[in-house]
Amino acid sequence: MIWINQIVQGVLLGGYYALIACGLSFMFSVMRIINLAHGSLAVLAAFALWLLAEQADISPFLGLLLVLPAMAALGWGLQLLVLERALRAGALIPILSTFGLAILTDNILFEGFGADTRSLAPYIGSLSYDSWTITDDVYVGKLAALTFAAAAAVLVGLHLFLTRTQLGRAIRATAEDADTAGFVGLDARVVNATAAAIAMATVGLAGAFLAMRATFDPYAGAPQLIFAFEATVIGGAGSLWGTLAGGVVLGVAQSLGAKISPQGFLITGHLVFLVTLFVRLAIQGVGLSRLLAKIPGRA
Amino acid sequence: MMSANTIKIESWSPLSKMSAALAVAILGALAAGPFLFSANMVDQLITLFIYVILAAMWNALAGYGGLISVGQQLFFGLGAYAAVRLAHAGVSVYPALLLAALIVGAASVPLSAFMLRLKGGEFAIGMWVTAEAAHLFVNLDALVQGETGTSLIELNAYDTETRRAFTYWAAFAAMTASLAAVFLLLRSRTGAAIQAIRDDEAAAASVGVRVFATKRMIFVLAATGAALAGSLWLATAVSFQPKTYFSVQWTAYMIFMALAGGLGTFEGAILGAVLFFALETVLGASGVWYLISLGGAALGFSLFLPRGVWGTLEDRFGVRLLPVGYRLKISEGPDGANGRPASATPDERMMPTDSHCPAPPA
Repeated sequence: MIWINQIVQGVLLGGYYALIACGLSFMFSVMRIINLAHGSLAVLAAFALWLLAEQADISPFLGLLLVLPAMAALGWGLQLLVLERALRAGALIPILSTFGLAILTDNILFEGFGADTRSLAPYIGSLSYDSWTITDDVYVGKLAALTFAAAAAVLVGLHLFLTRTQLGRAIRATAEDADTAGFVGLDARVVNATAAAIAMATVGLAGAFLAMRATFDPYAGAPQLIFAFEATVIGGAGSLWGTLAGGVVLGVAQSLGAKISPQGFLITGHLVFLVTLFVRLAIQGVGLSRLLAKIPGRA
Repeated sequence: MMSANTIKIESWSPLSKMSAALAVAILGALAAGPFLFSANMVDQLITLFIYVILAAMWNALAGYGGLISVGQQLFFGLGAYAAVRLAHAGVSVYPALLLAALIVGAASVPLSAFMLRLKGGEFAIGMWVTAEAAHLFVNLDALVQGETGTSLIELNAYDTETRRAFTYWAAFAAMTASLAAVFLLLRSRTGAAIQAIRDDEAAAASVGVRVFATKRMIFVLAATGAALAGSLWLATAVSFQPKTYFSVQWTAYMIFMALAGGLGTFEGAILGAVLFFALETVLGASGVWYLISLGGAALGFSLFLPRGVWGTLEDRFGVRLLPVGYRLKISEGPDGANGRPASATPDERMMPTDSHCPAPPA
């Protein structure tokens, strides 16, 4: 039964991974950029929420009303000022730019907030540790369930947005073929900036849940980026639901590994990622861009 | 009227001959380092040499090969780890440093079969994940004891002065060998092939370039170089803590050096290492501001000056110190193109034919 509990926890953890991965996956599908600053920006959002909670006594959930639009604006600016320019210089320059941005963000946060680890758990009352007891061995944390629900909601929302709304169709069209989309009057710059804004908003939300379920410090961004990337690659297949599946697989692998040994948590996660990548490459010879070439929204 | 232009392809120009002579002279002077310089200066130079190795290798991989890896700390850490392991197993310390690098280089061959199938950003992060995984596995070693680490206590066999001198010469030899290896590689057929692959892989394959074998060569060379840098760093730092050696910060340093110096230019790597060393000397004491400047500089260079300092200079003034590329020397024939009578000095137009533009957007 303990193992069943581990699997349950793993699935719920997968919800968090899906949430942090969907922004990365979305940005890659639309703009072909892997944003190496992804994790660092999530931590930035977490710090912003912490600041609001600490200084202004604003509960994190209310704080999200301020932070999410700010993150969206950040995404807009990021795309227009940094990513677009970087892409013009070459397909590989965005990797260098976003990496520089990640280093910059991490260290500015360190300069501003110091090395202390922080958490939003003190500001959400008992939500951080409440749980439902299913059986003697299986517990479902309320926060973990909320995170999973939020991830599912974001994925459904994105799916509906991309398939049902005008802007969503515009994003898919531009991702598919920017020039032809331009012929029918879609401004690629605006469309891409919107996609980046949406991606950053999900990153902000993920950062909030990261801070609520665990601790964070200025350098916590890198591991989050790696988890997001692993979940994206494991899930693959271009659909947002693939991201959820990838997150769950990663979460379950990590939780089972943790049961074996304390270091097992990270090791199993990385191993599952590398094995999945290897198997996928060996069988299909398909890389990430082909994996995500299918436009998001077609599940 | 057709003018009989003669076109010569040459690699060396008067300027590059002078520069090469100057470089050899500088290297000669540096070789006598421990006798000429103070202890502090020798230590500083060892650090600089290691930075040059890292910069040259990352530049060869990314600037010439187009393979941007955010995980070279994998080899840096493994090189140091292998050196510690070998030394503890009884191998003499300084040969162990080289042997460790060679072992890691050999290990990178099977790794390349897997990693080189990834492209672009996924290769970059894939290497980072592999570095993290290696870090975790090294932590499991009973000798290393997690993040506690261990030390290269075998260095105790030498007294301080001798140790410093030996490490200096080891680093100097490694730097010279690495630069020579990259230089020769880039001048060879493989060098042209690797740049062709960087610019357009499909086109390169269509003219008969063996894409995978070429990429693998650069990958293994870069891995061996990074591993050598790692084992040398161990020799200066003496202590091995996995967290330090496998930190992604090493990649941040490499990226800064390559970008600031000039991605895809040979001299740029050396200049980048010098710039980085200077920056570290000036700002190192101010804690995190130094890393903030690095990040900001990487961001700024990649957006505004993607060719780096040397690359921009090269583009502006057409100067190339070391002959890594080829030049066309076009001289006017007896009937000048404009009907001028033949002049005593041929009209030389130097056009470097190696391109070091980053790959066009996908």
